Amino acid sequence: MQFALLIFESPEAFAARNADENDPYLGAWRAYYKALVEADVYVGGNPLQPPETGTTVRLKDGKRRAQDGPFADTKEQLGGFTILELPSLDEALEWAARCPAASIGAVEVRPVSPEYLRRVTG
Amino acid sequence: MSGSEQESTQRTIERVARESYGRLVAYLSSHTRDLGSAEDALSNALVAALETWPRDGVPQNPEAWLLTTARRSFIDLVRHRQVAEAGESTLALLREESKDMILSPEFPDERLKLLFVCAHPAIDPAMHTPLMLQTVLGLDAARIAHAFLISPTTMGQRLVRAKTKIRDGGIRFEIPRERELPQRLDAVLEAIYAAFGIGWDDMAGVDQRGRDLAEEAIWLARVLLQLMSGEAEVHGLLALMLHCEARRAARRGPDGRYVPLSEQDCQKWSRPLIAEAERHLADAASRGRNGRFQLEAAIQSVHAGRARSGGVHWNAIMMFYEQLIRITPTLGTRTGYAAAVAEARGAEAGLAALGGIDPDDISAYQPYWAVRAHLLQRLGKTPEALDAFDRAIGLTEDPAVRNFLLERRG
Repeated sequence: MQFALLIFESPEAFAARNADENDPYLGAWRAYYKALVEADVYVGGNPLQPPETGTTVRLKDGKRRAQDGPFADTKEQLGGFTILELPSLDEALEWAARCPAASIGAVEVRPVSPEYLRRVTG
Repeated sequence: MSGSEQESTQRTIERVARESYGRLVAYLSSHTRDLGSAEDALSNALVAALETWPRDGVPQNPEAWLLTTARRSFIDLVRHRQVAEAGESTLALLREESKDMILSPEFPDERLKLLFVCAHPAIDPAMHTPLMLQTVLGLDAARIAHAFLISPTTMGQRLVRAKTKIRDGGIRFEIPRERELPQRLDAVLEAIYAAFGIGWDDMAGVDQRGRDLAEEAIWLARVLLQLMSGEAEVHGLLALMLHCEARRAARRGPDGRYVPLSEQDCQKWSRPLIAEAERHLADAASRGRNGRFQLEAAIQSVHAGRARSGGVHWNAIMMFYEQLIRITPTLGTRTGYAAAVAEARGAEAGLAALGGIDPDDISAYQPYWAVRAHLLQRLGKTPEALDAFDRAIGLTEDPAVRNFLLERRG
């Protein structure tokens, strides 16, 4: 079963991305990635550029609307995602708790939906 | 009623609820096995107490009052349920008993039977501890859910399912017979220890999954000890948890940094808790039946000896681990053994002991990687040590332990 770990980060965590090589947050992420790969549960994922680089698009009454910034106006913002292959939600929650973002932001765990994917892709 | 009187009434209710919860739930459910209704009845009684005690004063025997009130509510609840399910015989039994019940303030303590029911082999082992926490201590599902990293809704559903199984599955409220007792008691002890979290205090940089329920686990062990004071392992379990609990204040520096056991300031260890742990360990030893929890407590007792002698007798710890592995060759035990071997015989020997563990078992087991990283670093095998540190760091949940390992990694 695949699970998405949606990583929500604080402004401080986004700022830490520009810190030097010895930054503990960066070190924790490197180690976490290695542990996921070595445990053979890592499927894929990507970090995202900070929320201020986002642009939100809507069509309202047929008119195009583009807005600067992310979709949701919250302190913690989506900073990336990781897809894991695991037997059950229990293991996914364990891995989420180990994620470096869990102690300074939040990690949302969502099962991937292969059923819906099949309906969409045929 | 004045504000302070009201406050003291409130406190009385809280105290009686905490002290009597398990006794009342156990007693109410012991005949019908209907834990859910017993809990509902008790919460109705507590609500009634909150309404009437501040007005009429606290009754002379608050526990008996709660029991009588809960009993009436329980009969109503069970009747409602059983009208649909036609269980008139249980109802007649209840009515019969309720006469004595309401008249007598005395009632038997059935918590031991309840503990055995919660850890019954027919119940999913993952639910043993949550059931105990809820039915004996009255913890709510959300609190238990957080401790076990499960959503509150899911935990609530699993608890309801387990209670339905107890009610409908023919699980009897009884103390197991002599023949089955050791195994059944083990399950009870395991479940209590699971609430405590992982206490591998003797290995530097090991992620301790504190469930934040240490106090509750110790409370449960004390309840069990009251009811089974003749069992060596019950003393052993309490001794183990008290030894670990004694070090709580020393485990973190003033700035919240993680302090491994070997670097802890023993002045910060709680002397009364250590003394109490030692008494229980001695009591257990006098009964001449060794067991897993006594061995683990003995290991912690050797560590506690540092407060007296200034040193740690690693040979003794290694020997206790050897015995422990014979009883329970778990990953934790084998990793702890390797760490002890490294201290007693050198890092090379410790690594060799780690090498005996199946690589398939340790891909997500943090303590293995933490111990391995330290040993490789001690031997100057830098690239391998860095790799092991990364694995340990990536598997660590506690940010303080993670930072400690990041610093050691360098």
